[in-house]
Amino acid sequence: MADPILELRDVYSSYGNIKALKGVSLKVFPGEIVAIIGANGAGKSTTLMAISGIVPVDKGDILYQGSSIVGKSAEKLPAMGLCQVPEGRRIFPRLSVAENLELGAFHRKERAEIEQDMERVFSLFPALAERRKQQGGTLSGGEQQMLAIARALMTRPKLLLMDEPSLGLAPLFVQKIFDIIHDVNEREGMTILLVEQNANLALQAAQRGYVLETGTVTMEDNADTLLHNPEIRKAYLGETA
Amino acid sequence: MIHEFKKVLKTYAIGMLWLLGLLWPLMGIHPDGTLTFVNAFKVWLGILGVTFCGLLLYVANKSGSLNVITRPLLDTREKINIASSKVPFWVWWLIVLAVALAFPNFTTRYAQDIAIQVLIYICLGLGLNIVIGLAGMLDLGYIAFYGVGAYTYALLSVNYGISFWMSLPIAATTAAIAGCIIGYPTLRMRGDYLAIVTLGFGEIVRLILNNWMTLTNGPNGILGIKAPAIYLPIFEGGLSFEYFYLKKLYYLYYVALALAIFTIIAVHRLIYSRIGRAWESIREDETAAELMGVNTFLLKLLAYAMGAVFAGLAGAFFAARMRFVSPESFTFLESAMVLCMVVLGGMGSIPGIILGVGALIILPEIFREFELYRMLAVGLAMVVMMVFKPAGLIPAKRVGTRSEEKEG
Repeated sequence: MADPILELRDVYSSYGNIKALKGVSLKVFPGEIVAIIGANGAGKSTTLMAISGIVPVDKGDILYQGSSIVGKSAEKLPAMGLCQVPEGRRIFPRLSVAENLELGAFHRKERAEIEQDMERVFSLFPALAERRKQQGGTLSGGEQQMLAIARALMTRPKLLLMDEPSLGLAPLFVQKIFDIIHDVNEREGMTILLVEQNANLALQAAQRGYVLETGTVTMEDNADTLLHNPEIRKAYLGETA
Repeated sequence: MIHEFKKVLKTYAIGMLWLLGLLWPLMGIHPDGTLTFVNAFKVWLGILGVTFCGLLLYVANKSGSLNVITRPLLDTREKINIASSKVPFWVWWLIVLAVALAFPNFTTRYAQDIAIQVLIYICLGLGLNIVIGLAGMLDLGYIAFYGVGAYTYALLSVNYGISFWMSLPIAATTAAIAGCIIGYPTLRMRGDYLAIVTLGFGEIVRLILNNWMTLTNGPNGILGIKAPAIYLPIFEGGLSFEYFYLKKLYYLYYVALALAIFTIIAVHRLIYSRIGRAWESIREDETAAELMGVNTFLLKLLAYAMGAVFAGLAGAFFAARMRFVSPESFTFLESAMVLCMVVLGGMGSIPGIILGVGALIILPEIFREFELYRMLAVGLAMVVMMVFKPAGLIPAKRVGTRSEEKEG
């Protein structure tokens, strides 16, 4: 296999005195969808926030395209093709849909290309095109999630980190979101690192998966194997064996 | 109609009783220890009468009994609205500008004085709007930059004889540097903590001005600051120039107007720029802004510096206009007033802030006849305005209707 686009080597991270990550190691290869599953408080979101440079790394190394990004300020990463769709969407509620998208392209200067990308994103999410001038906060939950993804796509990421894209959405919307994840991965070869509570959906979409428990990786395998692992089924898929 | 009346009657009754409970100690307790009741009761009855009539009208209007009168009124308003929406926006600005230009020609010295004050506070309000309305950082020590600007010009003028126009950019620069100095350590803080720290810094600046006797002459202030001057062309016997000091309010008004117009144009350009959008994203969600590649550290510092620039300009003009500065012009109350103007007018909206400034400076003047109760009346007016217009007199234009919930 090719060199990994992202590699975490024994990463430790903490919020004050609370150790959130206790040696997380994982690899993401170009073109893959990788899922991280785990219970509440296992450190899934912290892992993504540590990669994005929001949560400081105490120990260990994070390599992106072969070079360390530990200690790099968060705002430099989108220009390098690494972008996150944060948990809970976190769009800019009082800015319009178009303005939200323009902020995704903040680090880029070429107007024409940005326009072009905006049209492309609107064709991916026709619902957003209709609401171009509407305030982000007035969108419904599903539309806000779409906007959050669209905004991240505007940065032209090579690697997209997604934190709980299905959170609080109706099943129909969840399906739609996962179709789009599949779509950008397949058609544009975008690499995606996906954090999900909904282990079933995540493992179906992904090629490989990691199981995170109390800040460490306890299992790593092909998504399919994990999906059929009786222990996983019992712990995360709510099956009574 | 009776049904609707019943609905509001209870809240109304409780409100009026509460008012009576407030009014009595306010008006009934005298400094010599005597207590009276009649006076407060009389005032209360008056208020009761007026508000009750108002309530009746309100209920009647709600239930549609007044349609005979309101319908044609609404129709005409609609027509006016349609007619006025056809007039492009810049025409309105032109009209305002024309009135502003002609203003000192048909008003008294008193009105000019207040107008100058309004113009100074427009600069301050719009500057603070960058920090609060755009970048979303609550700054309670903003007036410190106004003080820095004022003292910069005062010291340059008195010690080195540097002219007002030369000093303007210098005052703006020193204020911006002060903004960065204050901004830098506070950037890690958010919300309430930031407010407290900026409050502290504002007081520090005032205390330095008050106690650094050798530089600022302490509480005695600095006297003998020169007014702005221009070279006036004289055509008698060939062309020559006279150095002419703009000491009259009439001339100073135009200097203030020029500063205010400069500020309005600059802030307008900032709001609709890339930087303005980035500031707004920081206000909305700082972490998300960072994730999208916005350099929040630099932009917050820039917001502080830009806000300070306009306060510095206003401060330099203030010093030139009063020809005297002392630390007591830069107390926390001033910061609070500017903040009130911005919030009252509508954060982020330029016409709103101009209106807010006008309201908060002109209202106390109008209420002068209330004498003792003047500030009470101003306070009441502010409360009423905030209750009925919580987003400000002219809210920033960001309209959107909630999309239908199509999920599920």
